[in-house]
Amino acid sequence: MMSKIVSCISGIIFGVGLSVSNMINPEKVLGFLDLFGLWDPSLIFVMIGAIIVSAPVFFLFRNKNKPLFADNFSIPTLKSIDKNLIIGSGTFGIGWGMVGFCPGPAISSLALLNTYSVFFVLSMLGGFLLTKLIDRIIIPTQ
Amino acid sequence: MNIINFTPISAFAGGLLIGLAVILFFVGNGRLAGVSGIVNNALVSKQNRTDNFLFIVGLILGPIFYVFFTKNNIPFLITSSLPIIITAGFLVGIGTKIGRGCTSGHGICGISLLSLRSIIATIIFMITAIITVKLIG
Repeated sequence: MMSKIVSCISGIIFGVGLSVSNMINPEKVLGFLDLFGLWDPSLIFVMIGAIIVSAPVFFLFRNKNKPLFADNFSIPTLKSIDKNLIIGSGTFGIGWGMVGFCPGPAISSLALLNTYSVFFVLSMLGGFLLTKLIDRIIIPTQ
Repeated sequence: MNIINFTPISAFAGGLLIGLAVILFFVGNGRLAGVSGIVNNALVSKQNRTDNFLFIVGLILGPIFYVFFTKNNIPFLITSSLPIIITAGFLVGIGTKIGRGCTSGHGICGISLLSLRSIIATIIFMITAIITVKLIG
């Protein structure tokens, strides 16, 4: 039960953070990505703010036995810089730059009842499912 | 380089809140608040499905609470056409799934954990996004 409350509250605080910083707004994000035009550096300050808070806590807690409301910490163990990381991140960046939406802001912006947000999120879910399907067909095991 | 619309204080304050959400999810549930992973898992995996679903619900409630309590409106503008939006959504879905993370998972959580993978992923998606804006903007 507690883990469910924590999940929901974490999501709410995350969504408020995206609203306060206006990162929910694709136009604001495109302002950051328009490095060679009229540049808005705000996104860097969002990342610095978030990392300043989370990095010390990760450092202190990652070697503890268990989290408060779950059996163990689940941190990705992959270390290799592989083809998937590079191709995937490169592809994500192209999509991000086309509209100014990444997954968090896109989902959060559903609250604003904008039709384009809905189309973006549905396409993103389509991308997840398509990748899973391709993964099954051409890459038997990972 | 010309700088416009720079809002360092609200950006930093919003960042602190996102960091707070990340540590709450980590210390409470032992998980990283990478949104692409949470949404993807909510879609395709039974494990932690309710938690993932509730995180997504919270993410959507966030802006509603913000508007309700602060009485501020949220500036929001999409200028892209529908075909571009659909293509971009697909690319973001495919890319974050193959690259195992997005701005929150790699850019915030991964960098906070000093993961070399995430640092490289973040540099790559920033570069391709900046090039994309340069080309189509």
